Amino acid sequence: MTTTSPVADALPSVRSRKTAGRWMGWAFVGPFMAVFLLVFVAPVLYAFYLSLFQNQMVGGDKFVGGANYFQALGDPQFWDSVIRVALFLVVQVPIMLFLALFAALALDSGRLRASSFFRISVFLPYAVPAVVATLMWGFIYGPRFGLFGSINDFFGLNLAEPLSSSWILASIGNINTWEFTGYNMLIFYSALKVIPAELYEAANLDGAGTFRVIRSIKLPSIRGAIGIASIFSVIGSFQLFNEPNILKALAPNSISSYFTPNMYAFNLSFAGQQFNYAAAISIIMGVLTVVVAYVVQISGSRKDA
Amino acid sequence: MGVMAVYALLPLFWLVVNSTKTQTSLFSSFGLWFSGDFALWDNIVGTLTYNDGEFLRWLANTVLYVVVGAGGATFLATLAGYGLAKFDFPGKRGVFAVVLGAVAIPGTALAVPTFLMFSQMGLTNTPWSVIIPSLISPFGLYLVWIYALESVPTEVLEAARMDGAGEFRTFFTISLRMLAPGFITVLLFTVVATWNNYFLPLIMLSQSTWYPLTVGLNSWNAQATTAGGEAIYNLVITGSLLTIVPIVGAFLFLQRFWQSGLSAGSVK
Repeated sequence: MTTTSPVADALPSVRSRKTAGRWMGWAFVGPFMAVFLLVFVAPVLYAFYLSLFQNQMVGGDKFVGGANYFQALGDPQFWDSVIRVALFLVVQVPIMLFLALFAALALDSGRLRASSFFRISVFLPYAVPAVVATLMWGFIYGPRFGLFGSINDFFGLNLAEPLSSSWILASIGNINTWEFTGYNMLIFYSALKVIPAELYEAANLDGAGTFRVIRSIKLPSIRGAIGIASIFSVIGSFQLFNEPNILKALAPNSISSYFTPNMYAFNLSFAGQQFNYAAAISIIMGVLTVVVAYVVQISGSRKDA
Repeated sequence: MGVMAVYALLPLFWLVVNSTKTQTSLFSSFGLWFSGDFALWDNIVGTLTYNDGEFLRWLANTVLYVVVGAGGATFLATLAGYGLAKFDFPGKRGVFAVVLGAVAIPGTALAVPTFLMFSQMGLTNTPWSVIIPSLISPFGLYLVWIYALESVPTEVLEAARMDGAGEFRTFFTISLRMLAPGFITVLLFTVVATWNNYFLPLIMLSQSTWYPLTVGLNSWNAQATTAGGEAIYNLVITGSLLTIVPIVGAFLFLQRFWQSGLSAGSVK
């Protein structure tokens, strides 16, 4: 029963099944799963249920099947918000991931002085709450006592206003880049750290230069990390809510109540009491996110293969 | 790299500088340097005492949410990650499928239905509505699971079983110690997530009594744009500074531990 075998390390779970009770694992996993069902699974099912009804002025809730979904598909405000986050995604995510990759490679090169200082300072914004980050940048952007205002006054210039409607999306992109570059850098950096030293030695023997090592060893080795970071970033972009919702107080004319899909669903629910329609929009966005994340994953693995 | 460090630190420097200014000199002075009276102390006192000291109340709420929410999330994720790594049991593949699938669902998409559910259960406007959803961290589960596969040798568990130790006793007396770096990494991420949480409490709480700092600060900021509201930008800025000091401190203090946990556990 308990004799050790050479493959024990490779197959720990198969072996433990024989010694521990067959259901023992549930004693550990059970508490997590119980809460998980309450806060993840139940709301998803409930949202789906809600999305099939409409609240009538007379007679309460009425089953309407897919009507809420058809309404969303023909809703220009909804599409407006989707296109906006898609544009945001296409521009902001590559910039942020490129910066993070650059920083991680620089840290990993071992040529940087005071590298732990750089690592912690680039990562530090991740610890700052989105509310505080947005308030800070919002004030810096602001024309009245912000940095841009000061610069304009000092030089008598009339620089672009970051809170105007033509620049607001880029300004939000900057806040997001500031918040999450360090987080992605850390993911890349820790993946670079576990590359076996033999690979570098072999490359050295073959006379590969720094750039060649990056292209042929480092980048392929952290492909998984890049994929995960891309997917998290895609999900994050589609969920955009905190930054525009907080900036709205400083730039009410540039940010509409349907600026992003999440803001639209939020305002439908809490300002308009249209819970059923908001539930349908949440479900559509959930499905859309999963599809886009999946496409990103597939195209990512094909490009490097 | 130098440019990136400046980019990362400049807004924080701006925050420190401007929390030393009075509301008038905020408007009249250059944003990136000290000016006028050094009003940091007055601002701190103002922040802590404004509206009968509601800032302190929000601080206490935040601490409560972090201790119970993040602590509970870390405990549940550690138990479950360890269970997945070290036991085989009926339904294990199902657990994987459901939990990994859940990571792809936008958390904010869940918020509205969760609010409606909780409101029918009478939980909205109570601390529970903020704490219960923060108890689950799929990312934490994943991290502990990978970490436990590598750092807790099955031989040790076998030996403990032969000595007649129960599974939970083995977990608490032996395994937990080996899991410590992974555990601390997860704790740090859940603490940051709970301390910084904004969307969930914004939806769940309608009265300021149970606000965490994030929602409270934003309500101070929004106050300036409502009719008849008093603009208190100096308190918003100083309050922001006070909000990030503890979390940044925790970050710097724990960095030694989480970095080892992350490089062993991350992204295989």
